Amino acid sequence: MTTAAVFGICGALAAGLGLYGVIANPQPLRKILAFNLLSSGVFLLFGVVARRGTAAAFSGDPVPQALVITGIVVAAAGTALAVALLLRLLQTSGSATLTAEAAVSDDTVE
Amino acid sequence: MTIDTVLDGGLAALVLAVGCWIIVARDSFAAAVGFVAYGLLLTLVWVRLDAIDVALMEGAIGSGLTGALLLRASSRLRSTEASVALEPPPFILRAGAALLSAIVAAMLAVAVLYLPEPAPTLAPEAAANAGATGMGNAVTNVLMAFRAMDTMLEKVVLLVALAGIWSLARDRLWGGRPGPLYRTDPKAPLTFLAQVLPPIGIVTGIYMLWVGADAPGGAFQGGTIIAAMWLLVMMAGLADAPPVGNRRMRLTLIAGPLLFLIVGFGGLWLGDAFLGYPAAYAKPLILVIEFAMTLTVAVTLGLLIAGPPEREPTS
Repeated sequence: MTTAAVFGICGALAAGLGLYGVIANPQPLRKILAFNLLSSGVFLLFGVVARRGTAAAFSGDPVPQALVITGIVVAAAGTALAVALLLRLLQTSGSATLTAEAAVSDDTVE
Repeated sequence: MTIDTVLDGGLAALVLAVGCWIIVARDSFAAAVGFVAYGLLLTLVWVRLDAIDVALMEGAIGSGLTGALLLRASSRLRSTEASVALEPPPFILRAGAALLSAIVAAMLAVAVLYLPEPAPTLAPEAAANAGATGMGNAVTNVLMAFRAMDTMLEKVVLLVALAGIWSLARDRLWGGRPGPLYRTDPKAPLTFLAQVLPPIGIVTGIYMLWVGADAPGGAFQGGTIIAAMWLLVMMAGLADAPPVGNRRMRLTLIAGPLLFLIVGFGGLWLGDAFLGYPAAYAKPLILVIEFAMTLTVAVTLGLLIAGPPEREPTS
């Protein structure tokens, strides 16, 4: 198996793991963590595509690599925004759950 | 089976094991610590995939910055954990989620294993046009010249995210400082580290920016290191986060994208197209943009971690 194939499978499995966490984990922070896992798996698939595109004395295709760099930054910005929203939810409702009844019963006005 | 395959397989297994830990760990703080380790392992994977620029980015942003953000959030949310952990989702939901993710993972794996041969690549084009910018790093060429629009918009996304975070402030706190990042006593080892490390870190950051023209590195990686130094100083309590109303800080925030836009529109007039650099000045222009961008990135990332204003404005 080539390096690209090994890490291609690794990326696919990481994306699957992340997807499971996003759906199955009830805690919002853990959903954010799982979402990052999912995105890292997708980035790895990009990396594999870049690695396969070896040509013209380059060890990989630079275009997908540059796209992944942009993607990592955008994912980090999204994570920062999601964490801020979550902390704000904790501040206003006193709990950090996404279940409807908790949001209604604990809702307090500042 | 060669030794390379064995090492790659071991690394992939380690990545997936830490990934499983992040999903199943009981304690969110432990999961966040796992995420930092996961990011560092991914950095090694990117090195194995010969993408050193991406490896630097993953280590700096994916593991470091996102890790710091999640660690901080998980320690703040710790008090709420006990009540949530008591209500696990129904079995049927977990089984369905497991099935769905297994199908998605299998389809992705099959797709990636049966990609077309020979692999389509833009590397020859990138190599053929490298002379247009005078820079040796193909990834920097793509980021700053061939796909400059993406990079410019990415900076705007960062600003939008920061505006989104600030907009979560309470009305009366608008214009105030973000919550303090420090909770240590002034004699702690952290303070010493925050006094010794920043000069080295700032030089490393600028070096990273400069060397990015021809070797792995670049504006974003350099800016992230400088941001880390700033955060270290703020976490040790040696400096405070600036109030979000601070005019000079806001100017720094928009300096990078603004300069990028000015050069971009200048390209309409002097070059061939929007963001088309005039050939004779391509490298100096790119360097000027990258310098402004490094500053902007450093300040933006620091403020993304600091969060919304939480203290009353003083004046």
